[in-house]
Amino acid sequence: MRVIIIDYGAGNIKSIQFALKRLGVDAILSNNPEEILSADKVIFPGVGEASSAMKMLKETSLDILIPKLKQPVLGICLGMQLMCNSTEEGATDGLGIFDVYVKRFSNNVKVPHMGWNTINKLNSNLFVGIKPNEYMYLVHSYYAEICKDTIAETEYGIIYSSALQKDNFYGVQFHPEKSSKAGEKVLDNFLKMN
Amino acid sequence: MLTKRIIPCLDIKNGRTVKGINFVNLRDAGDPVELAKQYTEKGADELVFLDISATLEGRKTMLDMVLKVAEQVNIPFTVGGGISSVEDVDLLLKNGADKVSINSAAIKRPELINELSSKFGNQCIVVAIDAKQIDGQWKVHLAGGSIPTDLDLFEWAKEVERRGAGEILFTSMNNDGTKEGFANEALAKLSSKLNIPIIASGGAGTMQHFVDTFKIGKSDAALAASVFHFGEIEIFDLKQELRKNNIEVRLTN
Repeated sequence: MRVIIIDYGAGNIKSIQFALKRLGVDAILSNNPEEILSADKVIFPGVGEASSAMKMLKETSLDILIPKLKQPVLGICLGMQLMCNSTEEGATDGLGIFDVYVKRFSNNVKVPHMGWNTINKLNSNLFVGIKPNEYMYLVHSYYAEICKDTIAETEYGIIYSSALQKDNFYGVQFHPEKSSKAGEKVLDNFLKMN
Repeated sequence: MLTKRIIPCLDIKNGRTVKGINFVNLRDAGDPVELAKQYTEKGADELVFLDISATLEGRKTMLDMVLKVAEQVNIPFTVGGGISSVEDVDLLLKNGADKVSINSAAIKRPELINELSSKFGNQCIVVAIDAKQIDGQWKVHLAGGSIPTDLDLFEWAKEVERRGAGEILFTSMNNDGTKEGFANEALAKLSSKLNIPIIASGGAGTMQHFVDTFKIGKSDAALAASVFHFGEIEIFDLKQELRKNNIEVRLTN
């Protein structure tokens, strides 16, 4: 199986590569369109700031390529947020895969939302074997609202989408690569997708 | 609900853990990777590695250690100690650290916090503050607490937040090593003044101290070293106790 982690200069992607390796998969880091198109699975990571990440995607035309992919694609954290319509962070237009907007947490709660929180109302084959209220590790200041693509919910001041799915596109706000055994299970489920 | 976090802290010198570690079934108590895996198994929520190497060679060995931890450990970890530039942070993150903790370098040149948070995002920038209460005033100290400054803890914490820190690791020098509890009054005041997470450090001795720092100190996370290293408190038991006190924690089993 060929798994590509899209490498566009955003954040710590080594952790994802290592997590996949612990599952027996040697993932390749790449920003090459042909390599990405021919992969069995594509992981779209992201740590950092939205507008600069989007700028880096545009420089390599990955913003056009990613929405056209047919194989299972998993966006993680900022990766997931960039797959939405737009985000308030740096007033950035996203890829529009998920029909939802990304907003900043209000100051009624500490920002960033940092640490282990539960995911509920799980509604996808991404979560096979994951029990409701399982803990996942999250670090973020912006969130996707609840929408028709929501496949997991988390509560932090408000209830928001901690995972999204539309067709072959999956997005998780939490870091499966840092969420202990439960996170590994999610990655393993993704690797088993057709 | 977001849980309170329990964070064991490991002191590293030349790629090895120092200070005593007293675990059963441990092949090599000096190996940070082995220890990190053990703590992960026991239910630690995050780990902190504090580099106390004084030599360049020790620093290079630290980078190798960071890479090995990232390869084998599936929870987040922070690296601190002697970090003073964007390049230092870049190297640590590239080797797989999730967050870095800066202390003296931020006091000497506060703009460093802005530079780091704009380049890497505030989520990975922890600012550590060592402070001591002198005549009722909390004064920030430099260089592992050895040099006093004129900075007031609360004003400095506010500035650190404004400059883009994602989290504050506050060590009370009055409490550190006493095993008589965390500095909950100062912690609660920090929490009321700031809108970023606060990690309590210094003074852990009993499970009740953790209950108190979450309830009275309003801390978001608690860090400790010796009580965990010497098996005086088992993380699993601690989390059971916290949950009995209606404090949200992640139980792994």
